[in-house]
Amino acid sequence: MRRGREELVKWILRIVTYSIVAITLYLVIDIIIGGAGTISWEFLTATPSKAGVEGGIGPVILGTFYLISATIMIAVPLGIASAIYLAEYAKPSRFTRLIRLAIITLAGVPSIVFGLFGLGLFVLVFGFGTSVIAGSLTLACLIMPTIIVASEEAIKAVPQSFRQGSLALGATKWQMIKSQVLPYSIPGMMTGSILGIGRAAGETAPIMFTAAVFYSRSIPTITKPVMALPFHLFTLSTQVPDFEKVRPMQYGTALVLVFLVLIFASIAILVRSYYRSRYKW
Amino acid sequence: MSVTSQKNIKTESKKGGLLGFLAAFPLFGRWIASLHKRYSEGTIKFFFLLMASTSILVVVLIFIFLGKEGIPFFWKHDPANLITTQWVPVRPEGITPSFGMLPLLTGSLLVTIVATIMCVPIGVLSAVYIAEIAGKIEKEILKPFLELLATIPSVVFGFFALVTIVPFIQRVFGLSTGMTAFTGSIILTIMALPTIITISEDAINSVPSSYRQASLALGATELQTTWKAIVPSALSGIVAAVMLGIGRVIGETMAVLMVTGNSRALTFNPMESVRTMTATVAAEMGEVVYGDVHYNALFLVGIVLLLFTFGLNMIAQRYLRVNEVKS
Repeated sequence: MRRGREELVKWILRIVTYSIVAITLYLVIDIIIGGAGTISWEFLTATPSKAGVEGGIGPVILGTFYLISATIMIAVPLGIASAIYLAEYAKPSRFTRLIRLAIITLAGVPSIVFGLFGLGLFVLVFGFGTSVIAGSLTLACLIMPTIIVASEEAIKAVPQSFRQGSLALGATKWQMIKSQVLPYSIPGMMTGSILGIGRAAGETAPIMFTAAVFYSRSIPTITKPVMALPFHLFTLSTQVPDFEKVRPMQYGTALVLVFLVLIFASIAILVRSYYRSRYKW
Repeated sequence: MSVTSQKNIKTESKKGGLLGFLAAFPLFGRWIASLHKRYSEGTIKFFFLLMASTSILVVVLIFIFLGKEGIPFFWKHDPANLITTQWVPVRPEGITPSFGMLPLLTGSLLVTIVATIMCVPIGVLSAVYIAEIAGKIEKEILKPFLELLATIPSVVFGFFALVTIVPFIQRVFGLSTGMTAFTGSIILTIMALPTIITISEDAINSVPSSYRQASLALGATELQTTWKAIVPSALSGIVAAVMLGIGRVIGETMAVLMVTGNSRALTFNPMESVRTMTATVAAEMGEVVYGDVHYNALFLVGIVLLLFTFGLNMIAQRYLRVNEVKS
């Protein structure tokens, strides 16, 4: 009797858990099926026309590529350097606690607030205007916590004996970090960075007022606004009145966006599992 | 929405710029590697300290800039107007606009509360299943699904909800529109689940195995052990997970903007259309004149949002620390 009841409870938990899996699958499959028909060479390269109802998303992909590249350039060095400080140099002090508090706070700030911040600081005060550089700086602030936390963990996972051996041979602290710690923590840093970048690629709210426009005919440069995949999908879904006609375009854009973030996520997972099997200590 | 900014094509090629961009990476690596030849250990340490301080700088700047743009509202407009029920920021010439924040606040709270009611039980039960009942291989299959769910951008969730959940709600409940607070809550539930499950599962896993052994040795069944020994010990971690999940829900912008219908009327009925604080900022910031009262009011909404999530985050950290001390 009690056995039966235990089994029943287990099955309830199982059903709850697998319903989440089912929803995830449904979402992904719905977008793949809906978008597969739209994807063509023309769709991926052509310029949107007639308010996005026709044409393709070539410049939109290019714009996202620009945003991501600039974000990587800003966030990855900053994030990794912060992680090196926290893992190797920082002593338990009030200042270190303050840095950690700042990182936790940053991780919880809503993305729309980052958008407001980017608008106030980068667009207006720094005078960058709506541009790739303003958007990338905003996105960099958003993903820094992800990169810092993952990189710090990667650095801390390097065995203490590596450090001791290096220092015992007369290396200075920086030589030790450079030759013994960084080479072994790079995979972990890469995983964290790629996950962060994947997140940046899909964010809409932070770039709405700082970088993205729905339509731009100019060749993207760092000081100009660009079209971006998430913003394009948002505008196609809500601002274009011809709802039925634009459906294939919406699904196509959604599929490309999901595909893009999934590529980032799977590269991160591959890097992690490859190096996890290579380094064993 | 500031949608079109058509500028003439400048034909100068900028391909070189992009390549230079990517080439900077190995250069950065080489520069890092040769630091010790040029700088002393103290300088290098100071460099990394500076880099780590950027996080503090960014947080301080966020507070300063939100304050700088939001606080002027109080002397440009009657602050008492904030606690009224009319949010009508744009009115014809001569009539004072109204910035009653209550409908936005109740909109956000309604969506968040309904989503919390749905996602807490589902999230915690799944976390218990994954941590305690699922086998090793099953775990390896389930976890990537959560990671997958966590990586999907919020605008894609919004789009998905728009094409599937909105018509569904409309049909099932026989409403004139499927864009309701409830629709938003459903999609937010799905979006918050990875956060809640992952953190709860960590908390459950970090309960010392001696607790389980003691409980089993006393003759408790596996399920009794899970419910009466493991879950209560992990409770503070689970509370933290819930707080972080709620923080995610209240700060979520794109999905709610796309599916909750954006009606500015004050309502407590989840089957009616609402507009959240996040959606208001996202929808109206594109149309405001920078520096006027409406602009200030939107930053004020941003401040309220920031304070909410900051508070939730701090509570969560406190509970997480309790959990750490215990295990």
